[in-house]
Amino acid sequence: MTRGVAITGMGIVSAIGNNVAENYASLIAGKTGISRISQIETIHRDDIMVGEIIHTNPVLEKQLGFTPNEVSRTVLIGCMAAKEAISNAGIQTINSERTGLISGTTVGGMDKSEQYFYDYFDRPEVRQHIIGLHAGDSTKKIASFLGLEESFVTTISTACSSAANAIMLGARMIKSGQLDRVIVGGSDCLSKFTINGFKTLLILSDTYSAPFDAERKGLNLGEAAAFLILESDALVEKDGKKVLGYVTGYGNANDAYHQTASSEHGDGAVLAMEKALKTAGIQASDIDYVNAHGTATPNNDLSEGHALIRLFGDKVPEFSSTKAFTGHTLAAAGAVEAVYSVLALQNDMLFPNLNYKTPMKEFKLEPVTAVTKKPIRHVLSNSFGFGGNCSTLIFSKRG
Amino acid sequence: MPVYINSIGSVSAQKTFDNSLFLEDVICYNDTVLKIIAPDYKDYIPPAAARRMAKGIKMSTVSAKTAMTEAGIEENEIDAIIVGTGLGCIGDSEKFVRDIIGNKEQFLTPTRFIQSSHNTVAGQIALGMGCKGHNFTYVHSSISFESAVLDAKMQLENGEANHILVGGVDELVDHHVKTHELIGHIKERPVETMSVINSGTKGAVFAEGAHFFTLSSVQRPSCYAELMGIKTYNTLTQNQVPEKVRTFLSEYGLEPNDIDAVIFGYNGDVEFDGYYNGLANGLFKNTAQVYFKHLSGEFDTASGFGFWLASKIIKEQRVPNVVHLNAVPVDGPETMLIYNQYRGENHSLTLLRRC
Repeated sequence: MTRGVAITGMGIVSAIGNNVAENYASLIAGKTGISRISQIETIHRDDIMVGEIIHTNPVLEKQLGFTPNEVSRTVLIGCMAAKEAISNAGIQTINSERTGLISGTTVGGMDKSEQYFYDYFDRPEVRQHIIGLHAGDSTKKIASFLGLEESFVTTISTACSSAANAIMLGARMIKSGQLDRVIVGGSDCLSKFTINGFKTLLILSDTYSAPFDAERKGLNLGEAAAFLILESDALVEKDGKKVLGYVTGYGNANDAYHQTASSEHGDGAVLAMEKALKTAGIQASDIDYVNAHGTATPNNDLSEGHALIRLFGDKVPEFSSTKAFTGHTLAAAGAVEAVYSVLALQNDMLFPNLNYKTPMKEFKLEPVTAVTKKPIRHVLSNSFGFGGNCSTLIFSKRG
Repeated sequence: MPVYINSIGSVSAQKTFDNSLFLEDVICYNDTVLKIIAPDYKDYIPPAAARRMAKGIKMSTVSAKTAMTEAGIEENEIDAIIVGTGLGCIGDSEKFVRDIIGNKEQFLTPTRFIQSSHNTVAGQIALGMGCKGHNFTYVHSSISFESAVLDAKMQLENGEANHILVGGVDELVDHHVKTHELIGHIKERPVETMSVINSGTKGAVFAEGAHFFTLSSVQRPSCYAELMGIKTYNTLTQNQVPEKVRTFLSEYGLEPNDIDAVIFGYNGDVEFDGYYNGLANGLFKNTAQVYFKHLSGEFDTASGFGFWLASKIIKEQRVPNVVHLNAVPVDGPETMLIYNQYRGENHSLTLLRRC
């Protein structure tokens, strides 16, 4: 039995592409998906930059076979990414094995809830969105779109580490024999709710975000959905599956410092990374690349940088944040970056940290700024969220 | 490795916050929504802190403290905090949306946005206790609480933790009630809650509550029961339920007649109570049957009340009349099964036994 859990498929839709191939092409071309917002009416239009998925809802509805305005955008993009992951894993009949679905989301159907908040009373034709306010409703609809029945289907909402935690739970369930196969990831669309929420916290950049740069001004919000397929060793063997990589390490810890800010020294982040290394049974020195959380807020990058130094000492591996490509996709970020981590492993490629110019004065850490070819065995990926939530995943070439 | 329910804590529409009581004074309502019977928060939370807290956080704090105190577990012994909640602190989300619309996206303050994160409760409890362990929040309708319990059970069995604080919480707010009335999920007319299961009408009586438990790999003197198994299903037809129950029980070497008492999540919704009737008139026809939503009302984590009730019944070795559904007597209950679902979806089976 391998120590890790096999990844046999993945799917993604983000501001830099509608599938895995398009995302990879953008990453190696250094092509950002950040722009002015076009699909949501907001007074902050000219003050913020976002990572929007190119397709409008009507286009997605048509592609996926939903009727107009039937479901939230979180459901639409979630279905799109999950469908790609399933097809990528070569799964023909979804209910043939004990298959689960675990999705992370923070906004769920908030895009519709905020739009029809007062309309529900006079407009029966929009009342389908009332239950969309339940975050789990988006997962339920993705499950139903995939035809998943009599199964373990749940939703995790731990702010911006949600999808990372969904991957963690999925790996645990495969390892403890509760499931043979599980679709794990997350989906979050842009909404006025999150735009205004982050605006009140004064952490939205008015230009392209610049993770780990001394002059960084905050984050760009983004929307995305991404899913991985995890399968048991027995199933991989039985079906002769091609394995894309393995989830070998995972750990979640709480910073227990502040509801929205990270502790300056990154206590929770260090604990999460240590736990992940322990699960993977490897040393810090075995990590070849870190896909950082790197939101480009002053607080996160300082805290995460300190945490990296605390863990790796003066040998911090090459690292980058890919959020300058996609924006911070909140609950989906952990899954988006899981896909990028697997792409890094598959292609022995490091992706650049865009917009980085000036080193931070607090420490000597410089992210990778160009596409770099390098043999990679293990990638460590961080995701941190409100409520002090810190998660680390380790992806490896071999189980 | 066995998993023990070492202690319980409850804040509900009944006076359950005091663990020395066991449904002696039941409150009967005639309504469509039920609010919690709040304890004196001053006994649990400094008043200055309580004023800033969302209701969901307050109820959870009380219920979590009750459980921690009863088990005699120190804050630094808790290895993980796992919470299930259908809607989180929805009161704050709702106010934030109102403010966005009402103020045209201007003059907003962050507090409501921050508290509207679904993991606010788990985060706040961790912050209050200084608990740096695993901290998860599940938000999946009527299996939110069960997902949390399942996660805890796995970690305890794998030896990743020794003591885990697990809870379920949901608060009730106006806009949510009004919109769910529009789609018939809430009963149209007030009902006498004591006879809600005979209402013959659609929809449920909505409510709120917070239920916390310490689950451990080691038994404490306060121990209530052993958690044997828990399983959830996103979809099931009524016809599939008995077969799923049999398969689930057989994984633990049990037959339906090994169950001393079965708890059903009947909520009086004529459209969906059939799921329970199938078992009540079939597999468990000769088994003592227990129900609770006439006391707790319906909410995403109402099954936390069911879990509380099963624990209490096993520890005290008696079934209060007010929750006893049929005439089959219970003598020294050893093994109990809880079956819950909401609107025909998100089914759960939970198996407990005396330890």
